[in-house]
Amino acid sequence: MSHPTPQPADTALAAQLQAVIDQHAARPGAMLPLLHAIQAQHGYIPDAAVPMIAEALRHTRAEVHGIISFYHHFRTHPPGRHVIQVCRAEACQAVGARALEAHVKSALGVDYHETTANREFTLEPVYCLGNCACGPSLRVDDEIHGRMDAAGFDRLTAQLSATVVEVK
Amino acid sequence: MTTTIYVPCDTTARSLGADAVAARLTRAAERLGVDIQLKRNGSRGLFWLEPLVEIETAAGRVAYGPVAPTDVDALVDAGLFEGRQEHGLALGDIEAHPYLARQQRLTFSRIGLTDPLSLEDYTTRQGFDGLKQALALTPQGIVDEVKASGLRGRGGAAFPTGIKWQTVHDTPAAQKYIVCNADEGDSGTFADRLVMECDPFMLIEGMTIAGLAVGATQGYIYLRSEYPLAQTMLDEAIVRAEAAGYLGENILDSGHAFHLEVRLGAGAYICGEETSLLESLEGKRGLVRAKPPLPAIEGLFGQPTVVNNVLSLAAVPFILDQGGQAYADYGMGKSRGTLALQLAGNVARGGLVELAFGTTLRELMESFGGGTRSGRPLKAVQVGGPLGAYLPQSQWDTPLDYEAFAAFGGVVGHGGVVMFDDSVDMGAQARFAMEFCAVESCGKCTPCRIGAVRGVEVIDRIRAGDAADDNLVLLADLCETMVDGSLCAMGGMTPFPVQSVMKHFPDDLTRPQAEGGR
Repeated sequence: MSHPTPQPADTALAAQLQAVIDQHAARPGAMLPLLHAIQAQHGYIPDAAVPMIAEALRHTRAEVHGIISFYHHFRTHPPGRHVIQVCRAEACQAVGARALEAHVKSALGVDYHETTANREFTLEPVYCLGNCACGPSLRVDDEIHGRMDAAGFDRLTAQLSATVVEVK
Repeated sequence: MTTTIYVPCDTTARSLGADAVAARLTRAAERLGVDIQLKRNGSRGLFWLEPLVEIETAAGRVAYGPVAPTDVDALVDAGLFEGRQEHGLALGDIEAHPYLARQQRLTFSRIGLTDPLSLEDYTTRQGFDGLKQALALTPQGIVDEVKASGLRGRGGAAFPTGIKWQTVHDTPAAQKYIVCNADEGDSGTFADRLVMECDPFMLIEGMTIAGLAVGATQGYIYLRSEYPLAQTMLDEAIVRAEAAGYLGENILDSGHAFHLEVRLGAGAYICGEETSLLESLEGKRGLVRAKPPLPAIEGLFGQPTVVNNVLSLAAVPFILDQGGQAYADYGMGKSRGTLALQLAGNVARGGLVELAFGTTLRELMESFGGGTRSGRPLKAVQVGGPLGAYLPQSQWDTPLDYEAFAAFGGVVGHGGVVMFDDSVDMGAQARFAMEFCAVESCGKCTPCRIGAVRGVEVIDRIRAGDAADDNLVLLADLCETMVDGSLCAMGGMTPFPVQSVMKHFPDDLTRPQAEGGR
């Protein structure tokens, strides 16, 4: 249970996490704001955060884990440099989202919830970005792109990538 | 002389390059030495014309669209800064466009006209007039006005808003809450997003009025995490409204308090269901609660809570300003007022269409939507989100009205209209309905949690030609079980699109698949 000699990196991480937890713990219904704040800081919810949140909010670790795993938005592993979400919902399906989805997977060489080997891109599905009159849509980090097609996607990833994306 | 130029800042305009258009306009003006003021307005909701650039001229605004970043230099050369209209993208006065001129914009009267974060723009166009009227009334007087409007919940359930408010008003408690359901998860809908990105003060005003009506001093906007721009706009609008005395301890020196906070969801469709939303706001997994107790009696943190959709709350400032009757004068039967319809999917002219209840679906899709974007014949339309039935041509003459849709098992829902051309494989759409439910089910009740997974499997077998007739019987039975046995609309309505495909597009379901049928 306890780690008698924490590594320096762990200590730094724990201090960062504790600062975020202290900032939010007193808010009514603090759990989601807290998880969002941690993910905003680290890109994911580190395992080390779970017991710390449990203690601060008087939950069991199992409850905290259950909450994190319930919500699609929260990740428990570090994502790539950019997170790409492809809309899979009906309005985008009506204008070619299934073909776009297939292209994205093959161009990146990954399936949903996976990260490219060069750690550039993490691919996730999303069910509606609210851009339904101008689909197919995808989100890269906090930016939404409309009327996306295979060629548009290739241009976009070429711009985003420090290196040329390898087609496997 | 300074020329004012408008370039919309909403998600759709930006998804089509509005930021790059704005940057190029600024560079062109610098190059030519033209003095411009670039204003980032909201979108007018004519999305096929985005990015829609407008120039303020002596004769009013002149519009150009859709303007791609690469069109900017040619437009400037053709006299865009002077409002000249020789270029092919010139549209003249956009308000005279039939798409806008034929609408009845009560809630969306300001979008596209204003800078969404300018309090001055808001207040010069009736902003906070409803709040001022409300402050002159008793709480019961406010509730009565909302009842008189006939407003029904715009999230989809269509419950009378005034009656919900009355219940919270009548339930004594030390702390009550106003919760705005901004978890707009239905595919094909974006009206909530437009309110929040393009006229956020309207939502703040509506929630404040609700707080005054029922005696709530704290409000939460539960916003989906898929809307990052809406979050930025709302957060900033709240700060500005507080600084100007429209929110806080002492609203407009009335002695009344109302505090407001945006809370972010985390990618769970089920959290659009009100009890699941409340669980999530409390910091738990978004599991559906059994009703009763109603949230109006035991809601957030066990206290009486108004849970209303964005559009319901956004309709309130108009109702208080103009009177409930002015709102009720629009509409038909028991569906009063206007409905924000959202034309989406395979549509030539997609966007927001606010109309009084009663227009037919066909009229909407043809004379507003202009048919499909692909130019191919329209085959099916899904109204009311992923839990809504797919409607075949024979049902397109139905008037958009809660009761008229309910009469044949359809739902108006949140007003999303998703059009599909004849290349759609309706069997794949039926499969997706079950797949979506399997991904998004909260897992609390068995018909939804297990039924959705089995539904995908049964549809796969039918599509693979594996004992198709027997499996169709099984699918019909499964749908019935889910409809009758689920705790909430997620499992209870997921069968609607599936059943509609079985009934109206049976050949698509049984046609053998080339590869996997996904």
